[in-house]
Amino acid sequence: MSIQDTLNTAYSKWMEDDGPESQIVISSRVRLARNLSEQPFPHVMPQEGGQAVVEQVQGVIADPDAREQLGPMFYVPLEELGPLDRQILVEKHLISPQHASDERPFRGVALSPDEGVSIMINEEDHLRIQVLFPGLQLDAAWEMANRVDDAFENKLDFAFDELYGYLSCCPTNVGTGLRASVMMHLPALAMTNQAGRVFTALSKLGFVVRGLYGEGTEAKGNLFQVSNQVTLGPSEQEIVDSLLAVCRQLIEQEQLGRQSQMRERPAQIEDMVFRAYGVLTNARLINSDEAMFYLSCLRLGIDLGLLHNVSKRTLNELLVRTRAAFLQKDAKDAMDSFNRSLKRADIIREALKVSE
Amino acid sequence: MNCEECKQRPATVHITKIFNNQKTEMHLCEECAKQHDEIPFTFSADAEPAFSIQKFLAGLLVGGAPSAGADATEEEATAAMPQCSNCSLTYGQFGQIGRFGCSHCYQSFAGQLEPLLRRVHGNSRHTGKIPRRAGGLLGFRREIEQLRAELQNAVNSEAYERAAVLRDQIHALEGKLQ
Repeated sequence: MSIQDTLNTAYSKWMEDDGPESQIVISSRVRLARNLSEQPFPHVMPQEGGQAVVEQVQGVIADPDAREQLGPMFYVPLEELGPLDRQILVEKHLISPQHASDERPFRGVALSPDEGVSIMINEEDHLRIQVLFPGLQLDAAWEMANRVDDAFENKLDFAFDELYGYLSCCPTNVGTGLRASVMMHLPALAMTNQAGRVFTALSKLGFVVRGLYGEGTEAKGNLFQVSNQVTLGPSEQEIVDSLLAVCRQLIEQEQLGRQSQMRERPAQIEDMVFRAYGVLTNARLINSDEAMFYLSCLRLGIDLGLLHNVSKRTLNELLVRTRAAFLQKDAKDAMDSFNRSLKRADIIREALKVSE
Repeated sequence: MNCEECKQRPATVHITKIFNNQKTEMHLCEECAKQHDEIPFTFSADAEPAFSIQKFLAGLLVGGAPSAGADATEEEATAAMPQCSNCSLTYGQFGQIGRFGCSHCYQSFAGQLEPLLRRVHGNSRHTGKIPRRAGGLLGFRREIEQLRAELQNAVNSEAYERAAVLRDQIHALEGKLQ
């Protein structure tokens, strides 16, 4: 397993379609912010500091004891990757957009071969341990992140304070350093204009709703990321449990919305699904937003039992394969938006034909 | 209603400011409002600054809106503000960037931190995971607290045998703490 495999295949563990609640939940993520006690935080750290952090992380990954706990992992220095390759890591949800655009040396990411675990090195914090699982599996993701954290904690001194917990660069992450988030497909809530109201209510409960690629990104294709805001005060398990409770509520609301849509407007819903299928299996030029919209309709069609010849795993892979950077990777050279639309339509037609 | 400042154009910007329980109101036209530094809004779409959590935090720190107009008082304020003994970041600089320089900043700015953490998290005490190495004796202390609560329950329900066991466990842990 090498970084080339990661960059050349769209598939990532989170795209499996047999996770719990996979009708509505695409993936669950847990992220832990950790810092080494003796180094300044990455944004003010001199190069030697960055290098020391990278070396310590590499030391843990190579250590036989840690390997037993962690499983195999490999370290990828971002400075060895071009902008397109970095963007692919963003599109696969392995690093943040901010990390990808950071040109300073000694920035990197450690990956497990199935990409379920990715650890950003020297992003805002020294370590950002991320676990990304398919479906609603926050408990399992937290357990895994906790194990990874233990493996590193056995070898490294993390900055920790009795009152404030794990010390992070930004005080919005202090305490547990834990951000749990769940990617959900909520077409019925969006269709009935309830999404806005529901999200306002969630913000009052300390949860945030964001777009597909996290902070500062727009919601496309009815995909929403719900995560906890508060990291200090409640324990990790309490944060995970309350987000799970919120997700269960959202799932129920979305299911009710879908049922009532099918009851009240069956012809319109069927038309929407099959029209999307028609466009995606025939279009010769399709831009990213349009593709996201129609892929959302297909996903809904599968969930409602209207479409049988497309798998959700195919759709999950298409979410990544039709993004700008990945398209260009397949093509092996840079493309303008017209050529990307052309290529995107080809890829979608082919993917849907294979699963027919 | 006409603008309070130019008294010519109609007032389209209405500002209610509550600071230290003192309420002030302003009614301005768009032109005059732009001259006011303390109003954090920009009116043209292309000049709109992107929202960032750091700027937002910085706003929380100075106790008002995340305005560019805080600049005037900032230098004076910075001089009076505490500085981290380890990385020499001042609290004023933290206010501007919303990020600490090193983990020691939390100790250096402990006095200022409490209200900020309460505003951000509604809370200022960690109750979650404790690292085995860096956590030191905290794990023991948490365990003692938990055992004491159990002991109280045992005494209340007259389960004296259980209470005796718990008391010995607490003594053993307290021995380790010393």
